[in-house]
Amino acid sequence: MLEKIIEPLEYAFMQRSLIIAILVGLICAVVGSYLMVQRLALLGDAISHSVLPGMAIAFLVNGNIFIGAFISGLISTVFINIIRTRSPIKEDAAMGIVFSAFFALGITLITVVQKENKIDLNHFLFGNILGVTLSDVRDTLIIAIIVILIVILLYKELLFYTFDKQGAEAVGLPVNLLDLGLMMLIGLTIVASLKAVGVVLVLSLLITPASTAYLLVKRLHIMMFVGVGVGVFSSITGMYLSYFYNLPSGPAIVLVASGLFILAFLFSPSHGLLTHPAKNQNSPQIWQELKNLIKNGNN
Amino acid sequence: MESAININNLSVSYRNIEALRGINLNISAGKLTGMIGPNGAGKSTLLKAILGLININNGQVFYNNKALIEQRKIVAYVPQRSQIDWTYPATVWDVVMMGRITKTGWFKRFSNVSKQKALNALEKVEMTPFLNRPIGQLSGGQQQRVFLARSIAQEAEIFCFDEPFVGVDQRTEAIIFNIFHKLAESGKIVLVVNHDLGESITNFDDLILLNKELIAAGNRQEVLKQENLDQAYNGKVMFFNENDYNLAA
Repeated sequence: MLEKIIEPLEYAFMQRSLIIAILVGLICAVVGSYLMVQRLALLGDAISHSVLPGMAIAFLVNGNIFIGAFISGLISTVFINIIRTRSPIKEDAAMGIVFSAFFALGITLITVVQKENKIDLNHFLFGNILGVTLSDVRDTLIIAIIVILIVILLYKELLFYTFDKQGAEAVGLPVNLLDLGLMMLIGLTIVASLKAVGVVLVLSLLITPASTAYLLVKRLHIMMFVGVGVGVFSSITGMYLSYFYNLPSGPAIVLVASGLFILAFLFSPSHGLLTHPAKNQNSPQIWQELKNLIKNGNN
Repeated sequence: MESAININNLSVSYRNIEALRGINLNISAGKLTGMIGPNGAGKSTLLKAILGLININNGQVFYNNKALIEQRKIVAYVPQRSQIDWTYPATVWDVVMMGRITKTGWFKRFSNVSKQKALNALEKVEMTPFLNRPIGQLSGGQQQRVFLARSIAQEAEIFCFDEPFVGVDQRTEAIIFNIFHKLAESGKIVLVVNHDLGESITNFDDLILLNKELIAAGNRQEVLKQENLDQAYNGKVMFFNENDYNLAA
């Protein structure tokens, strides 16, 4: 058993991948908790898809892919805000418009670049954690430290802001700066996670561990700790599964996290579907409606 | 000099629809002030405009001759209960401690003094036994008392409450009015939006009667004259002598 655990660690590439997976599992759970309590899951999805053109351009001009992705994500949130505030279009539609446009531009750019360079669109879309370099590990570590530091330093203000924006504004907290700070956290976290799981599956690492924790505990910081536990456990288990059964790493991590969510969904002491069946007696209503429709149809 | 909020010629519109027109108003400390008016009269809007939470077209708001918006640390605001996400993962304690954030300052932990003040505030609203309860597992009245405790813990000078009595039990209403009176007696500004014209209205010292524009303001009995109510409610409210009973229809 122990040998099996140590075996993959003998390879340098597995060491690097595991470190990245653990860091990403950690910061995604923390930042994802903020996304979840603010009901901004879709924004996470929007930003993660919007970083693609930035990565492609950074690659073209030999710049840092992390920075390119971050700028691209930032520009997308600016566009979303312009559409939302300067037209009658609502936020969710604005997100949908902007992120699909950015995503399409990104895919186009990468496909064009791909012909002359040895890069693979799939690595951008689904991550390439086994191919990470030492400098990727360094960049991810720096981002993780920044993210954790900001969350620790601004914890009480961000709690107030995300819980009661107007109350926080009324007492004079700089709510627009806090909002910007939160966007930066989300952007940095997504950018750091792209190597591990890619554009398409980042949302899972942000939302699933945080949601799992939300079903189990009732305070934000405890939710973050439990979420980190779920996220890091998923990362490590996913990487080992991927190593021993030759599965794609990113999806393996996501599947483990989703499995943990299903367990919490079924067995949570306070919300579980099986442990709290009383709460769910309303579910057959749709059958009632259906029966009524059929009955009326026969008359 | 007694503390007061002075509002000069305040106007607010939402996308070309006028919500408030040319409000001139003084709200003095030491009195419990209620803000009344029909649905859509702009009560919450005026409260938010005073606190700088929405954009105003025109006008100024001063507190002791200085712009109120520059003195926000002394403001405690409790929004309508429907504005809060009660499924948020926070306990009673977490919410009350939010009242100590500006006093604590950036990057610092809460001091023992702050914790003691939060405990005292919870004591006052009789919510100490619920300290560790998630806010989603409280009744409406209990939730309102937690927010009241937050504002007490803040040690503000200006207390603003938006519809604090909606969906609360009798006991909570009594506790809240009792605290409002004490705050007012200790020289604070206490401003309460209230849509109910029932018996509870006799708790207020001053009233502000609003319907897009200011109809009347000042002493309760002066404001509650039939002619003022007719003007605000288009003649749909009868208000009988306070000594008998009150009726809103």
